[in-house]
Amino acid sequence: MAKIVVDVMLKPEILDPQGNAVSSALPRLGFTFARSVRQGKRFEIDIDGEPSEAQLAEVSRAAETLLANPVIETFTVRVEK
Amino acid sequence: MKVGVVTFPGSLDDHDAARALRAAGAESVSLWHGDSELHGVDAVILPGGFSYGDYLRCGAISRFAPVMSSIIDGANAGMPVLGICNGFQVLCESHLLPGALTRNQGLHFLCTDQRLRIENNLTSWTSSFSKDQEIVIPLKNGEGSFQCDDATLERLEGEGLVVARYLGENPNGSRNLIAGITNVRGNVVGLMPHPEHAIDPLTGPSADGLPFFISILSQMAGR
Repeated sequence: MAKIVVDVMLKPEILDPQGNAVSSALPRLGFTFARSVRQGKRFEIDIDGEPSEAQLAEVSRAAETLLANPVIETFTVRVEK
Repeated sequence: MKVGVVTFPGSLDDHDAARALRAAGAESVSLWHGDSELHGVDAVILPGGFSYGDYLRCGAISRFAPVMSSIIDGANAGMPVLGICNGFQVLCESHLLPGALTRNQGLHFLCTDQRLRIENNLTSWTSSFSKDQEIVIPLKNGEGSFQCDDATLERLEGEGLVVARYLGENPNGSRNLIAGITNVRGNVVGLMPHPEHAIDPLTGPSADGLPFFISILSQMAGR
């Protein structure tokens, strides 16, 4: 079994109020390292066997169609060992 | 004159939309999300709510409901479609309208009577307003912040595709205070505030929402 991970992030120019809220909560807890925070989504997809190039391309198509909205988001697809 | 109102699992405002249509003198027809048949309607309203629980992104899953394929084909052929709130989100996810609706800047769910200016009164859904008419209708949503890239924003403004704009303070972080937009043809309109809740001063802040529903009727009568 293998795990395919799709990470979805808002494009840099899109306002991220959730990331901003996290960013301003951190220093209140004494964590002062963050200049800014962006929040995204992660999908973990289990498949049987090792993924082929064709399967990864299919996952990319699914990410573009459903998992991410390309108008406001970018995504990456990778296989987690 | 028959106008379809779609019910998705999680739609909330389908009944108010149907009531608004009846108040304007139209016949409202209930359309079911799982049924691709549009039952001969002349126009469609996608109502507010939380379709499919708004899982993933608002409107992302509804966009693939069987009824949406017929509505997308119809809209591309010129059928008038109005998306209110969640319906606006569905229209953006369907790429019938540009941009996307994201989490309100202040992160709070808003429920307020909102002042708007109707800047484009040439669409199928706004022809009964006068140009730049100011109205007050409810705004109630958690993800109503209209976002798009700079090129899209420039095109929307340059081609007069902004239908409604928030007046006063920006309620949710929408770019350029955009509350509603249309496509170039003017048959598809997306609106974040709720005209269907403001058709009678007894049950809403005004009757300012009624002209949206009268507009579609006069458009159909004039054809």
